[in-house]
Amino acid sequence: MNIFAAVGRVTVDLLRANGRLFVFTMDAVTSIFRPPFYWSLLFQQMMRIGYFSLPVVGLTAFFTGGVLALQIYIGASRYGAEQFVPTVVLVGILRELGPVIAGLMVAGRVAAAIAAELGTMRVTEQIDALVTLATRPVKYLVVPRLVAAVITMPILVAIADSIGVLGGYVASTQSLGFTGSIYINTTMGALNDNDVMSGLIKAVFFGFIIAMMGCYHGFHSKGGAQGVGAATTSAVVTSSILILAANYLLTNIFNFFNF
Amino acid sequence: MVSAASTAKVELKGVKKRFGPKVVLDGIDLRIEHGQSLVVIGGSGTGKSVMIKCVLGILRPEAGEVYVDGKPVTHLHGHARDMMLRKFGMLFQAAALFDSLPVWENVAFGLIQGRGVPRRKARDIAYEKLAKVGLGSEVGQLWPAELSGGMQKRVGLARAIAADPEIIFFDEPTTGLDPIMADVINNLIVDTVKDVGATTLSITHDMVSARRIADRIAMLYKGKIIWDGPTAEIDTCGNPYVDQFIHGRAEGPIQMEVKA
Repeated sequence: MNIFAAVGRVTVDLLRANGRLFVFTMDAVTSIFRPPFYWSLLFQQMMRIGYFSLPVVGLTAFFTGGVLALQIYIGASRYGAEQFVPTVVLVGILRELGPVIAGLMVAGRVAAAIAAELGTMRVTEQIDALVTLATRPVKYLVVPRLVAAVITMPILVAIADSIGVLGGYVASTQSLGFTGSIYINTTMGALNDNDVMSGLIKAVFFGFIIAMMGCYHGFHSKGGAQGVGAATTSAVVTSSILILAANYLLTNIFNFFNF
Repeated sequence: MVSAASTAKVELKGVKKRFGPKVVLDGIDLRIEHGQSLVVIGGSGTGKSVMIKCVLGILRPEAGEVYVDGKPVTHLHGHARDMMLRKFGMLFQAAALFDSLPVWENVAFGLIQGRGVPRRKARDIAYEKLAKVGLGSEVGQLWPAELSGGMQKRVGLARAIAADPEIIFFDEPTTGLDPIMADVINNLIVDTVKDVGATTLSITHDMVSARRIADRIAMLYKGKIIWDGPTAEIDTCGNPYVDQFIHGRAEGPIQMEVKA
């Protein structure tokens, strides 16, 4: 095969996929502000995306906070700086690990579920049926999931932050010999609005990415069960990569503005 | 803009659609008059479903135009498109019922979501339509997964006629059903369509079904309509392609393509 033809084909396919994603995203975002508004579907999706993600997000945040405290202690003790463990755990959880861990967990759970559900609806012609019933599929299926993810992700991250800090507290007091009251006082003293807000702003972007990737890949799946499986995998992989890339980009932007 | 020549209920003019290098519709011209029941026959993969999806705007043709009541609809968007789609009802090949909703909500979906009918009123209409297709009120509370294939088709038919549409499309209405259930569905289609007074377009490769429900039959082959005429004339049309197809013979001018 001609190497130039192969490279050209890959490039065109990539551009086409990006263009399709852009158009799909713009359609979804503009549809948010157009009636009708499906409030009951929005509430249903907030429960599915937010409430039912609480156990997995809470558990991972707890253990991540605990491990973070243990690892920071190892490094800090080399320089006699053990007293900074509560502060570093707090900043690490609020700015990075809270939103990223919650984002990746929700991506695995929610993006996969959305892609599988919409993918099945696509291959069984249920999405086409919506069209014939004078109902816009993007408005009915995508918008409630998108808005629900954007609203619930910051709430999930706020909870993950609290549980993560609790994990650090438990590890520090149970394994590292910290006094509980001193740990709490140090943590409260180090609490900073910018640290909290930067994590919550990231969560809004992560929620958007998770819902869009789940909906996009589900909406464009084809070819039966295998196609739905591929869409589910793609949704999880792309949303996870985009979350990590967006995290890097947002952290750079926050650093630039000293936020 | 209303074309002077377009007085048909639905009309396709020069509609072309391709997927990559494969040409599926190669300049389709087709008219369906008011109140007429047209059946399009053709082998699997000849583009019958694609043609219906082009009319509904689910797929966008590369060339040509679709007219509904004389008005071009191919490039309609937003509210205008929603209004156009309100004229349609459709029975899908595998029924395409929403598995997250109970049967009655499936039937009432277009009324509640598409037309803003209050739930209570839509529910009453749904049960009335279910009764019309021979399903008792106890079926309304079931989930689609609890129904047999024949019952799903009936529910799909009830959903298609729920809003008393002006135009109904039937995509392979008897595929996958036993002969008795297929006949039941054919009778229901004839009776309900007569009742609603709709114009219909059906696509099928089931000749028993086609003869039962059609006023007129057209045959699609290699992206073109190769024959179009009254149902009574199909046996004497003299077209070797139609003749081979309606008699189900392996020998003849139609060669089965192994690859789609």
